[in-house]
Amino acid sequence: MNFSARLRSLGCTLLLALMALGAVALASGRVQAQDISAPLAALTQDNYGATESALGALAVSGSPAAAAIVEALANGRLVYSSETPRRLFIQSEAGLIDPSTLQPVADSPAVKPVRVNNRIRRAIEAASGTLSLVSPDPAKRLEAANAVARSRDAAALPALDLALSKEADPQVKTALTLARASIVIGQAGVPEADRIAAIEVVGAQGNQDALAILRSVPVDASPAVKDAAAAAIAGIERNLAMWGVAQNVWYGLSLGSVLLLAAIGLAITFGVMGVINMAHGEMVMLGAYVTFVVQELIRTYNPGLFDWSLIIAIPLAFLFTGLIGVIIERTVIRFLYGRALETLLATWGISLILQQAIRTLFGPTNREVGAPSWMSGSFEIGQLSITYGRLWIIVFALLVFVALLAVLRLTRIGLEMRAVTQNRRMAASMGIRTNWVDAMTFGLGSGIAGMAGVALSQIDNVSPNLGQSYIIDSFLVVVFGGVGNVWGTLVGAMSLGVANKLLEPYAGAVLGKIALLVIVILFIQKRPRGLFALKGRSIEA
Amino acid sequence: MSTSDTRQPALLTTSGLVFLGVLVAAAVLVPVLNLATAPDSPVHVPTYVVSLLGKYLTYALLALSVDLIWGYVGILSLGHGAFFALGGYAMGMYLMRQIGPRGVYGDPVLPDFMVFLNWKELPWFWYGFDLFPFAAIMVLLAPGILALVFGWFAFRSRVTGVYLSIITQAMTFALLLAFFRNDMGFGGNNGLTDFKDILGFNIQADGTRIVLFVLSAVALGLGYVLCRFLVRSHFGKVLVAIRDAETRVRFTGYRAENYKLVAFVVSAMLAGIAGALYVPQVGIINPSEFSPANSIEIIVWVAVGGRGTLVGAALGAVLVNYAKTYFTSGLLAPYWLFMLGGLFVAVTLFLPKGIVGTFYDWRARRRASDDIPGAEPAATPKPAE
Repeated sequence: MNFSARLRSLGCTLLLALMALGAVALASGRVQAQDISAPLAALTQDNYGATESALGALAVSGSPAAAAIVEALANGRLVYSSETPRRLFIQSEAGLIDPSTLQPVADSPAVKPVRVNNRIRRAIEAASGTLSLVSPDPAKRLEAANAVARSRDAAALPALDLALSKEADPQVKTALTLARASIVIGQAGVPEADRIAAIEVVGAQGNQDALAILRSVPVDASPAVKDAAAAAIAGIERNLAMWGVAQNVWYGLSLGSVLLLAAIGLAITFGVMGVINMAHGEMVMLGAYVTFVVQELIRTYNPGLFDWSLIIAIPLAFLFTGLIGVIIERTVIRFLYGRALETLLATWGISLILQQAIRTLFGPTNREVGAPSWMSGSFEIGQLSITYGRLWIIVFALLVFVALLAVLRLTRIGLEMRAVTQNRRMAASMGIRTNWVDAMTFGLGSGIAGMAGVALSQIDNVSPNLGQSYIIDSFLVVVFGGVGNVWGTLVGAMSLGVANKLLEPYAGAVLGKIALLVIVILFIQKRPRGLFALKGRSIEA
Repeated sequence: MSTSDTRQPALLTTSGLVFLGVLVAAAVLVPVLNLATAPDSPVHVPTYVVSLLGKYLTYALLALSVDLIWGYVGILSLGHGAFFALGGYAMGMYLMRQIGPRGVYGDPVLPDFMVFLNWKELPWFWYGFDLFPFAAIMVLLAPGILALVFGWFAFRSRVTGVYLSIITQAMTFALLLAFFRNDMGFGGNNGLTDFKDILGFNIQADGTRIVLFVLSAVALGLGYVLCRFLVRSHFGKVLVAIRDAETRVRFTGYRAENYKLVAFVVSAMLAGIAGALYVPQVGIINPSEFSPANSIEIIVWVAVGGRGTLVGAALGAVLVNYAKTYFTSGLLAPYWLFMLGGLFVAVTLFLPKGIVGTFYDWRARRRASDDIPGAEPAATPKPAE
């Protein structure tokens, strides 16, 4: 279900309707003021020069009939009768129409179309562009104003002035003002004060387009104009740089939330059992494949549920990968207690087996996992573009984090996990079944990885190698954040994600990544137990 | 080591002598069977097999270098492939310079890929690689200096166990990314290849291949003797002590980090030599050698053969790679990863001491039951983390 999208479209419709009403009222109030008899008479001469000048006059006439006349001319339906005086008509399926009133005419004289050549066609295009500036539809006016702002065609200036004098819609008015200003900046022979005012208008826009316009100030402009432009450019660049940083921070948070999802399960197994689970990435991969299977089943049996596929896949992925995790713990890991490095090797072996199993079952190529409608699309805050997919992943990562925190804080098994993390032997002496806690921890960690897989299926290729690309980063997050502390993982994931994205613009994606790896390596020298090291009195053997 | 054992153990034990004997036999027999027998003779060894065996021997040397630090110091390096690859790149750069004007673009100085990238002159770090002695020194120095810097930082701040493993993995991953970049000047994605000759000898010729094979065997033998010499010395005993109880060693007044650093650097240099011998026999070096998965695979060779036995590491490397060659070509190819993965699990679960370690145990038990006085106790280390 997509309530927000529905609400948005409903709101848009209402607004558009209101704006259209206002525009119609305005237009009807002004119809009488316009006299277009002169250009109409010129058109009946069927002379290219006369037609072109008539088009120019019609475009700025502001007459409500002008658009229909220009359109008729473009379609070859503008006709004239050869009697004296010649009369002009628009030919329609119902018969001839008087162009000045747009009412049908009673008689039907013999008519010839007004001829058109390439020069006229160009003039028609220009005229219809100008005419849409005064079109009754505000959306069309806005579009036309933006088109003029992009083209910066000085010929549109009179039409712009006319449209500005009549425009009431504030949004369109802003667009028109901007379009006018962008033309004025680049035009020769404009008074200095006008130009400076135009620079201020454009400068206030503060985006990439404005920057391009401001850079078009002619070289022969007066120093005052140049100074104003330079100041405006500097202001925009500062503004853009700020938004750029904000965008990178956003990307970083998005990457960080992915890292958080991938690493947090790893962190709790590492914390409780002192075991690095090299097969953790494969649990993520399995979760993504669970999503794929769920979507395939939905597509086959009940396509209407597609928007719910991720919601359905999340608990299934948790249960499935959690179960696999418990099986791995019971059959392999529990025989390797106290041999952390060998556990690392055994789980690496398991990861190879799982990868190959998926490759055998589903093939080595990427599988298609679709995005439900509520995850696609994006919206903008200022210069910041935010996609719903990324936003939901951040929300989901934080929800998982909070849920895990709640499990650790509020449930008995969470209490036992924390006890075993702090001191395994003491916990065992107090009657905690440490091996049961181990199995549950491993299952929980793997289950969270599976849920991460559901989220990652939305932003990455679902292939047997999916887990491999996250495992090294996840390790870094865990050792950076510190073991046995989920807050450390949160801080570690977010800071590595943001640092990565902030380094990228300066160093490039690969060098930025390398720099980050080196920074983490150096950081671990400084704090060998991570950012939030577990404090205790025990000493390593 | 048990407290009753006060003697200095012999430099070469029975198994060491057997190992060296096999190596000498191979170094003599393989060339003879390649050169002196007719191609259709049943005992003829084709040249591609000579190169394949030579590749296994370089892997064995690499495994030996890992065993020195993992088996005797307890440093599980998941980035040893990086040192191997660096040695390989140093050799590859020499071989590239040897191509000279015979490249596709015919540039007398610049290797093909630099011409392709429109570079005008040789980057400074390629200077000197036209001279073999310089390249040979760099084979040792490039991995050695990286290990020195990395180890100095890591051991001084007492990064141990899993943490150390992870950052060694991060190190090789960073190098992987770096060497993939074209503007690093190491051939990017494609690496270095199309070698023509080495020291004036055609690299494709049978004779050159055989010499490279024999050199690999010699390097492996010398590497083994060096490692034996190190681990049975006083220095080696401190290393084992660090492996088993680093804090206690520190409290006893030893600078544990210095001992670890020396072992780490020696091990990295051995890996570099292995890489340098590997490249001319395989004919290519590219960034995939830096991939973390490769480094982890080295660990399984050592684990299969027997950690902390040296001979076992070499044996494991040859066995696993023979199995890999055998299984990845043919019907079983899709199942190779199942086998490799299963091997990891099975060895850690059922054969924690590896093949050679288990054999030592068995021999020690038999000697104990035979009650032979003065029997050498099994030199099997306890895994300790």
